[in-house]
Amino acid sequence: MIQLENIEKVYRTDTLETVALSGINLSIRKGEFVSIMGPSGSGKSTLLNIIGLLDVATGGKVSLNEKVVSSHKDRDLANLRNRELGFIFQKFHLINDLRAIDNVEIPLLYRNMSYKERRKMAEEALEKVGLISRTSHFPSQLSGGQQQRVAIARAIVGKPKILLADEPTGNLDSQMSDEIMNILKELNQQEQTTVIMVTHDKRMADMTDRIIRIFDGRQVA
Amino acid sequence: MIRNYLLVAVKVLWRRKFFTFISLFGISFTLLVLTVATSFLDHTFGPHAPELKQDRMLGVYTVRLTSDDGSFQMTDKPGYKFLNEYVRTIPSAEKVSIFSDFTSTATYRKGEEVKLYIRRTDGEYWEILDFEFLEGRPITREDEQKANFVAVINEATREKLFNGESAMGKSITMEGQNFNIIGVVKNAPIIRMTPFSDVWVPLSTFKTSGYKETFTGGFMAAILAKSEQDLDLIRSDFKANLTKVQLPDPKKFPRILTGADTYFESFARNLEGGADDPRTGTLISILVLLAVMFIILPTINLVNINISRIMERASEIGVRKAFGASSLTLVGQFIVENILLTIIGGLLGFILSSLVLSYINNTGWIPYAQFGLNYRIFIYAFLMMIIFGIISGVYPAWRMSRLHPVEALKGGMK
Repeated sequence: MIQLENIEKVYRTDTLETVALSGINLSIRKGEFVSIMGPSGSGKSTLLNIIGLLDVATGGKVSLNEKVVSSHKDRDLANLRNRELGFIFQKFHLINDLRAIDNVEIPLLYRNMSYKERRKMAEEALEKVGLISRTSHFPSQLSGGQQQRVAIARAIVGKPKILLADEPTGNLDSQMSDEIMNILKELNQQEQTTVIMVTHDKRMADMTDRIIRIFDGRQVA
Repeated sequence: MIRNYLLVAVKVLWRRKFFTFISLFGISFTLLVLTVATSFLDHTFGPHAPELKQDRMLGVYTVRLTSDDGSFQMTDKPGYKFLNEYVRTIPSAEKVSIFSDFTSTATYRKGEEVKLYIRRTDGEYWEILDFEFLEGRPITREDEQKANFVAVINEATREKLFNGESAMGKSITMEGQNFNIIGVVKNAPIIRMTPFSDVWVPLSTFKTSGYKETFTGGFMAAILAKSEQDLDLIRSDFKANLTKVQLPDPKKFPRILTGADTYFESFARNLEGGADDPRTGTLISILVLLAVMFIILPTINLVNINISRIMERASEIGVRKAFGASSLTLVGQFIVENILLTIIGGLLGFILSSLVLSYINNTGWIPYAQFGLNYRIFIYAFLMMIIFGIISGVYPAWRMSRLHPVEALKGGMK
């Protein structure tokens, strides 16, 4: 489903070249639950961003569903992110000015859908993460765990085939982290959603099917 | 979609009250000045009573006599003789009126001086202009032929002299001449060159007939065409008449420059180099340039505010991009927000304008001015606001949309 060939990411300034990733070859099958592990600064988030089409590799090829997408234009990339991918961030990244349900419906805004349909799907997504009673709350009125669940609802509302999670439990205590992991596992098992998760927490990584280890921008296992 | 944009827009505007206030102040103040200026222009050039036939009216307002090389020049109002011989005789005109410029005079009421403006007219003047009569009748051609000592006064003068009671059958004395009042008309503002005055009397009531021999000074003519299409014909007829002009001092001033103009053209004729051919285009360009210059400063200000506003929302931009918003969609969102802001500012500015205009009307800075806001001004002002909103929104939105999603999510500026 996802194919990375010889991915390289170099940050260049006038005097300095920093290699963030090099020689990454990776293949992730449909329905897999994969974790990317590594110490901080190892390039694991960069890798996830490249897989998620949020960042562009300086070398190599990214393919999604057997199609090379690394050379796509802005509009096509936007469309792919909208239809195929769902993101969960460590810092939740909810829009504080919007209520939970308005946050959740954001991905649907960029599809041609009626207000009613959007509401219905957003409610379903909130129900899945157990927050149907909090639809009209603003992010500031929710706990960290609840905010992350709203963020998950936003990531899954458009029924993407791939979920990308960047340290989704990094800002949460262990009980809340377990709750989030359970939701991700459920989505993976029941809906065959491919989940790729960046973490530096061994305990979380152990709950996934496969661990990809990154060290100094290189794949070590 | 629009709903989601507006929700965020309202929240953002509300959260940053100070920025919002500055923006709204800039927008509404700009609009205020533009609206007042537009209203002024509309009041000066637009078709208002009594000049309802403006679309087929021309006037001869100035003549300029020059030496061959243009080094000696004399610009003045035309004289009666010139107008009578070369304008009155324009064959394609339906009607021609010759009337004096308004001059100040005075009358006495219970021993107190009342200052007034007086204008002397022929009968055609009242046929070409559509004065609204509150009572009585206009000066007729017969009044002028027979040199009847009759006068038409305006509403303000009736108020001053007779406390607003009927002026019919009463009389008014100015410069030792006594006139019977035969009519009262509504006030015309001083910025309208042709209709303005307080008192109108027949031309033939001048104390001497010397005015009939003047080539320059003190008079104007209004020309009514049968239809709008005839205006050019009138202009060329007048040009033809000008070739036959017997100049008063052909040695010193061998050339005469004048023309039959609309009111707007008469202003353009006064511009540098416009004497021969009114520079209407130049005048319009100057007005547009002034408006643009006046818009540009608050626009730059708004652009700046918008940039900082948008950049502090980098995370939102990142999120929207991550979930499928293209750069173009985001540009659209921020323009919608900015147009909302400018429309609010515009409405505020419009309310302010109407207050300021009614204040100007009440102070009497400009005698008998009745500045108002009409649909023409509203449409101009509204269009200006939309343009303002788009201009000041596009650049910040474009900068923002170039933000890379990863950087945006980090909240970074680049």
